[in-house]
Amino acid sequence: MSKKINITINGVVYEVEPGLTILEAAQNAGINIPTLCYHKDLCVAGNCRVCVVEIAGQKRLAASCATPCQENMEVLTNTLKVRNSRKHIIELLLSEHNADCTKCYKNGNCELQELAAEYKIMSQDLIDLVPYKDYTIDMFSPSIIKDDSRCIRCQRCVRTCAELQGVNALTVAYKGDKMKISTFFENSMNDVVCTTCGQCVNHCPTGALIEKNYIEDAWEAISDPEKHVIVQTAPAVRVGLGEEMGFEPGESVTGKMVAALKNLGFDSVLDTDFTADLTIMEEGTELLTRLKKALVDKDINIKLPMATSCSPGWIKYIEHMYPEYLGNLSTCKSPQQMFGALAKTYYAKARKLDPDKIVSVSVMPCTAKKFEANRPEMHDSGYRDVDIVLTTRELAIMIKQAGIDFRKLPEKKFDRLMGDSSGAAVIFGATGGVMEAALRTAYEIVTGREVPFDNLDILPVRGLEGVREASIKIEKPLENWAFLDGVELKCAVAHGLVNAKKVMDAVKEKKADYHFIEIMACPGGCLGGGGQPIPTNPEIREKRTKAIYEEDKNLSIRKSHENPEVIKIYKDFLGEPLGKKSHELLHTKYVARNRY
Amino acid sequence: MATTYNLKRADFIFRNENDWEKILNRTLQRDKTELINELISSELKGRGGAGFPTGLKWKLASESKVQEKFIICNADEGEPGTFKDREILTKVPFKVLSSMAICAYIIGAKQGIIYLRGEYRFLKPDLEKTISEFEYYCNEINFDFKIKIFMGSGAYICGEETALFESMEGKRGEPRNKPPFPTNAGYMDKPTVINNVETLAHTFTIFKYGATKFYDLGVQFSRGTKLFSVSGDTPKPGIYELELGMSLQDFVDEFGDGDTKAVQVGGASGFLVPRKRFGETAIGFRGKLTGISLPTGGSMMLFNSSRSMFNVLDNYLEFFREESCGQCTPCRVGCQQLLIGIKAVKQGSKPASYLDKLLKLTETMQYTAKCGLGQSVANSFSSIVENFREEMIY
Amino acid sequence: MNPTQELITNLADQYGRNREQLLPILQGVVEKEKFLSDYSMIEIARELDIPAAEVYGTATFYSFLEYKQMGTYIIRVCKTITCSMKGKNQILLTIKDMLKIGVGETTPDRKFSLLETNCLGWCHKAPAMLINDEIFTELTPEKVRGILTEYLKK
Ligand SMILES: Cc1cc2nc3c(=O)[nH]c(=O)nc-3n(C[C@H](O)[C@H](O)[C@H](O)COP(=O)(O)O)c2cc1C
Ligand code: SF4
Repeated sequence: MSKKINITINGVVYEVEPGLTILEAAQNAGINIPTLCYHKDLCVAGNCRVCVVEIAGQKRLAASCATPCQENMEVLTNTLKVRNSRKHIIELLLSEHNADCTKCYKNGNCELQELAAEYKIMSQDLIDLVPYKDYTIDMFSPSIIKDDSRCIRCQRCVRTCAELQGVNALTVAYKGDKMKISTFFENSMNDVVCTTCGQCVNHCPTGALIEKNYIEDAWEAISDPEKHVIVQTAPAVRVGLGEEMGFEPGESVTGKMVAALKNLGFDSVLDTDFTADLTIMEEGTELLTRLKKALVDKDINIKLPMATSCSPGWIKYIEHMYPEYLGNLSTCKSPQQMFGALAKTYYAKARKLDPDKIVSVSVMPCTAKKFEANRPEMHDSGYRDVDIVLTTRELAIMIKQAGIDFRKLPEKKFDRLMGDSSGAAVIFGATGGVMEAALRTAYEIVTGREVPFDNLDILPVRGLEGVREASIKIEKPLENWAFLDGVELKCAVAHGLVNAKKVMDAVKEKKADYHFIEIMACPGGCLGGGGQPIPTNPEIREKRTKAIYEEDKNLSIRKSHENPEVIKIYKDFLGEPLGKKSHELLHTKYVARNRY
Repeated sequence: MATTYNLKRADFIFRNENDWEKILNRTLQRDKTELINELISSELKGRGGAGFPTGLKWKLASESKVQEKFIICNADEGEPGTFKDREILTKVPFKVLSSMAICAYIIGAKQGIIYLRGEYRFLKPDLEKTISEFEYYCNEINFDFKIKIFMGSGAYICGEETALFESMEGKRGEPRNKPPFPTNAGYMDKPTVINNVETLAHTFTIFKYGATKFYDLGVQFSRGTKLFSVSGDTPKPGIYELELGMSLQDFVDEFGDGDTKAVQVGGASGFLVPRKRFGETAIGFRGKLTGISLPTGGSMMLFNSSRSMFNVLDNYLEFFREESCGQCTPCRVGCQQLLIGIKAVKQGSKPASYLDKLLKLTETMQYTAKCGLGQSVANSFSSIVENFREEMIY
Repeated sequence: MNPTQELITNLADQYGRNREQLLPILQGVVEKEKFLSDYSMIEIARELDIPAAEVYGTATFYSFLEYKQMGTYIIRVCKTITCSMKGKNQILLTIKDMLKIGVGETTPDRKFSLLETNCLGWCHKAPAMLINDEIFTELTPEKVRGILTEYLKK
């Protein structure tokens, strides 16, 4: 333990850990210092200069986010000089920014706007620079809109894309007044190596990077009497939505969310969790089949480790970065797309509806889901499987637009068919969840016994560590699976694409002999998705994670194969996992994309 | 006090280069602490702009226990109006190389790097030849030290030391947050001494003639000599080695064309001194008389009465607007605002009082910009606007 | 392997494949090809195993790393204060007149490109210009005509 140091902030002496920045020390002391380029997920940039403070004895101000505390330092956070400078900096940012706030998607949820309000920037003394710039808007991606005129060059998106995702779709280009956030050769986001994960959107303080919203399309569908509009909601949405509606992070609002969706006018409110359970059936069986072919039949064409395929950001990442490993991906569609394919077949048939009249909407914590729904191969029902993808944030906007008093809503239950789920499906929303759910089912299929963990909680795969490894030894399997006796099933879980890279490089360099890997594109898994409420940071992710596991714990059915609707769909419609029908509707192919 | 404020020519830097082997060999035999102390006692301050005491810099780096260290020679000379580093590298490169070797010996570095601006590419072949000769000699005396040249590619900001490291690491030349300082974590995050070309030339003088000889030149706080790059409205443009501490009046008497209206001291990042202040302005690190500080690189640009100070400022601001790295708000947006602002005042679309707002803005830039570039735009802006306000308006 | 790939591989062999070698490699390509095309940037990214966007972001920071098609001879006229005071505009006019191109343009035969640049460090011999790596100082319109006539013959 190194010695603590004393620093004075606004006249009060604090004892702080060495290495802490002034900003952190102030935050710990409950003193607010405004920031813009600073984000807890990211390295310190120190470029917006909004967080400047005065240090006694220094003429220049210091960026508190980038200045470490030093013994006996005297810091002043609220002097006239500090206030005037901050105000000036905010004015400068506004002068370079298309401050047409009333016409901005982020109106009301913009850090620059908040600061302008806080510092009461009333008149613009400075000259508006926007007319001198040729700002462009890139709308070609199905997931993300990049509007340079709203950019404040804080570089949070660039750092996000590089540090959290290791994708580097975004970069800082040019210098001086021309400096801007760009892609390779200023190509459209749709044409570069971008996973559409939307983490940049989640980390953007302004309206420069936003999701492409489909709110009006959703309203239109709902208002069309000809259409039967169904909605599915992903597991992570229920633990994030509350934040948009004024709840504390970590409060699960499943029942209220369902009620709100019914209020909005959806004809049927269903649960992606249902197809998450189905995914487990398919993917678990696929894993076991692969193991059998590899271990017993010694089939060298069988690719191991098998990787999960629920996260469309991860899919696009591997398509770009490791196309030679596409064979390792599970062929299972993601729960969203399984749901979409079944909605216009199984559901339509059971409810005696013309699939052409069904509009299938999904609410996802994710912007990559928009891209996924848009993939040409996602038409197995004979129609576009999922018509409209909304993020958690877009749903919140719709609820507000509808004038619904969310807090007062009574809790409601999902409709049937395709509304039932198990705890195993709920935890899909957290990193490690798919792995845990799969193990709960696969282990039981193989041994006839429950996984050997207290309460079914497979703790080694939980947590927020970037890469986690676990193994389960299979003992005394059922006769059919005798070949697995004594096999140590090795698994790895990674979230955030930088960590995916670590796992894939280990696989590539043959440093790891995993059988099964779960990868989620976003930090924390879907609960930290690019479509989740802003802000999302380490503490908030942790709270949402807790909420998810809580939800799992409280459900009576906690294993996918015990979901009665799942049992029923195999009996009535699909036959068996990996059967012919499954193949047609629930499985897919991948395409190799450019690495550069 | 030895202050006379007279212009005194000197001739150390470009004089007699033939004895570098002897001086180098001799110095490398000496005790390291003794060398540092000698350098400290000379009171040599960096000639690249910031004026940091060179001896202290070397001392700090020598104290680090890290194995790998670097000595970098900053030859990015990009400040408008400076051109003396090129002359040093052309005429007396061995002095610079020898000093780099001595620094390496003191701090424990094995690799020296010269960051040469892209505009000086034509120097590279000769310099490389000199380096290989030099390395050959080092090898002969069993001194393990290599020097390589790293070429810049047209970016003024890369002269800022941490931007220079970023550039050498293959990145955009964006200045870093400080601390950490280079002597702790510089190039490749290793302890690094970075010195201006001229600074290194002076250290050679000091180790050759002794600290006292150097200390006896110049005035208090501004010891020794300095190369001045003289340009603009002068009959004698060129490079001159002068003792620090002279009065600007003396300087103008010597170099002016008889009609000098103002002198820009220290390049675009420096100050403009109007005629009425020539007498009270001394050129040195702490111009006691007016508060003018460091003569960034020793650029002296003279303007006679035919010149419009508006055009001069306009030219500087355009330079800063383009050459700012663009990462931090006050500098990136501030430079644009200043440039458009003075034009608006000139054209009458903003009132004259807008200049005061802009002056306030430069103050904020000075307080809050991340690096020396943004911080020093205020220097020329305020000194020009305050002294030639009418020229800004009419 | 096409010539660009070969060039880049050779440069990488010569300098190394670490990120620190990015600038020398970019410079090497510019020296040969006069500018960095999207193709060559991608090849560099591949060779050094770094993201293409990073190569682009880095290259566009540096004024001498052109990313648009350039002529064989890139003329850079200094526009900073002293050169500007000492007749930079006449120099530009003379060049424009002779080559029939404006600043930022390239002659149709891809022989010359005309650019302005910041301080070249020849203020005492202003006005100055660079043609590729060669420096010309104390320019007058006559002198410029003479220089360009020589280059036109090349
Ligand atoms: C914008 C800016 C540009 C600079 N350009 C140069 C330069 O071209 N050459 C130089 O030696 N120092 C330059 N410096 C100063 C360096 O950051 C650094 O202080 C210097 O190289 C240290 O060497 P010295 O102590 O020998 O002066 C610049 C500083 C700033 C802020
Ligand atoms: S002051 Fe200017 S040059 Fe320096 S870091 Fe800020 S933007 Fe870059």
